[in-house]
Amino acid sequence: MQTTLPRTPIRRLGERLYRHPRLKLALILGLPALWLVGVYGGSLISLLLNSFFSTDSFSGRTDRTPTLDTWRQVFTDANMAVVVRTVSMAAAVTIGALLIGFPLAYYIARYTRGKLKATLVLLTLIPLWSSYLVRVYAWKLLLAAEGVIAWLFDQVGLEGVLAGLLRTPVIGGPSLSTSFLGQFAVFTYIWLPYMILPIQAAVERVPVSLLEASSDLGAQPPTTFRNVTWPLALPGVAAGSIFTFSLTLGDYIIPTVIGDSSPFIGLAIYSQQGVAGNLPLAAALSFIPIVVMILYLTGARKLGAFEAL
Amino acid sequence: MKHRGLFAVIALAVVAAACGGAATEEGGPLTEIGDGEGKVVIVAWPGYIERGETDPAFDWVTGFEAESGCMVEVKTAGTSDEMVALMTESQEYDVVTASGDASLRLIAGGTVQEVNTDLVPSWSTVDERLQDAPWHTVDGKHYGIPYQWGANVLMYNTEVFGDTVPDSWSVVFEETTLPDGSANTNRVQAYDGPIYVADAALYLKSVRPELGITDPYQLNEDQYQAAVQLLVQQRQLVAKYWHDAFVQMDDFTNEGVAASSSWPFQVNILVAGGAPIASTVPKEGATGWADTTMMHKNAPHPNCAYKWMEWTLSSNLQGDLAAWFGSVPSVLSACDTSDLLGSEGCATNGLGNFDRISFWKTPTEDCNGTAAAGSCVPYRRWVTDYLAVIGGRNPYPAS
Repeated sequence: MQTTLPRTPIRRLGERLYRHPRLKLALILGLPALWLVGVYGGSLISLLLNSFFSTDSFSGRTDRTPTLDTWRQVFTDANMAVVVRTVSMAAAVTIGALLIGFPLAYYIARYTRGKLKATLVLLTLIPLWSSYLVRVYAWKLLLAAEGVIAWLFDQVGLEGVLAGLLRTPVIGGPSLSTSFLGQFAVFTYIWLPYMILPIQAAVERVPVSLLEASSDLGAQPPTTFRNVTWPLALPGVAAGSIFTFSLTLGDYIIPTVIGDSSPFIGLAIYSQQGVAGNLPLAAALSFIPIVVMILYLTGARKLGAFEAL
Repeated sequence: MKHRGLFAVIALAVVAAACGGAATEEGGPLTEIGDGEGKVVIVAWPGYIERGETDPAFDWVTGFEAESGCMVEVKTAGTSDEMVALMTESQEYDVVTASGDASLRLIAGGTVQEVNTDLVPSWSTVDERLQDAPWHTVDGKHYGIPYQWGANVLMYNTEVFGDTVPDSWSVVFEETTLPDGSANTNRVQAYDGPIYVADAALYLKSVRPELGITDPYQLNEDQYQAAVQLLVQQRQLVAKYWHDAFVQMDDFTNEGVAASSSWPFQVNILVAGGAPIASTVPKEGATGWADTTMMHKNAPHPNCAYKWMEWTLSSNLQGDLAAWFGSVPSVLSACDTSDLLGSEGCATNGLGNFDRISFWKTPTEDCNGTAAAGSCVPYRRWVTDYLAVIGGRNPYPAS
């Protein structure tokens, strides 16, 4: 005997969706796709379009006649210096965070468990719970000419070392807080958790059996690290470096508080948009970090960083 | 950190853009005030309209609401550009606290309306020097009510300078030996907003009269180039440009900074904290800012707007606001009546310096309408070039 279930509207909808899998897919992905294409892609396109407009120097209003003038203004000496400065800092911070972050992440992933692991992960995360601004300002006090770090160097009789560091051309300055060295320290501190966490996750996924096999076959620990651990942890390193690199590339707060006030890309964009009201130039400048990131990701892919994902 | 919002304000008050548009005129101002519409919507710098939420002692809104029946709604704006945009593109705002670099743009764009000063009984109490100020008066018509003003003073460390009051901005522009025997290299600061080019021009106006600078905001190509070269030279002396008032205070207390352009706000706080700090307006004069309460052309609540404008001139509001902001009241009687400001408050905040201040204006190509287009270097170029200077570049290297 066959019972017919009542054909409620919901049931009818379910049947319809079952028969039309594409419709189902569209319903599930429609909103996120709309967000990605419309809001996200749309803004990028409008940014790109804006960069081909110019600012009328008389009225200050945006002139919507397509022109390449704005792009010509991007490639000035001064702007290129800003790009070089920002990209070098982003690269230095990424390397610094990797050098500090990898051993920490490796230790957390391999040598701790239970409460100790939870505590270490928590300690890595805790700085992210407090305001970014508070931490940057706190570093300003630590790095000041009459601040804690300079005082410590004094106490242990190493003031000569600090003075020598600060005399180093380019990275030095009158005090730590007004030098690139101090800026590097703050950037590295601020973005370090974003390097540690992905590496830790990646190292954890490296099967211990592979390491044992490597050792059984006679490999010394450095060889095992080079041939087994590092390649398998590379996706984590890539993910972490993308964070540290892109976050440094876009930051415009730290360079105003720490360092010698030399503008970074983010600050240059902010000034053109918020201060000068020159939207086209700000839009054109915004493409520099985008292009840099595309180059960076392409490079990371070439190195095989995404193959193991 | 009760002042957190307000220095951001002042910091951003520097900000502006070029202006333009033809003035349009329709109708005239109100001729009499009717019943209130129940509310008034104000575009203001953060911290400029306080209702006691940040600090109960600073409240100049609830009294107005109780008296007039007009509920105050505030929309804060962080930059002059934002203020102009809000006022231009929306019909819901009644009044705006516009700085000198926004007010003329609002007038030129026909966004704000003439104010009938007869309907603002306290108009007569306004400092006479502000009544016809060029940043809100065009063709003899008043487009707003002066709110408050302040100067960019020279702040210095009294331990470094001893009894010698620095009498010239040269201590921040030229390499020199300070009274304590050390050079000023890395011990002076400059403001990191492009409007600071005017500070350089103001200094050049005195020391290089052959340039013929009359107004530091209206610079021809030669004058402008000279100002930029002075700033390039200054870059060698400046370890860091100041941007945030609290960071600057820290630089004076912990970084050994000895002199810089600054606001009375920082001076007041540092002195109150017992720091060896003083300020002065050097012989060349100083730049400064003056804000004006302006009314939208199509203000939806004109009667409440007029009531608010009258209220802004009450000496209690003026005095409390001056104490809060480190600014100077536009109503001088406020100098004596506010407990928060104290009897010396106005003097400390720079009341005596009015005639020596060049108030902020947005530099435009037509020299603020006084010359043909192309005669003056517009603000847009100030921004780009000042960024280059701070980045250690000379935008116009000698060929």
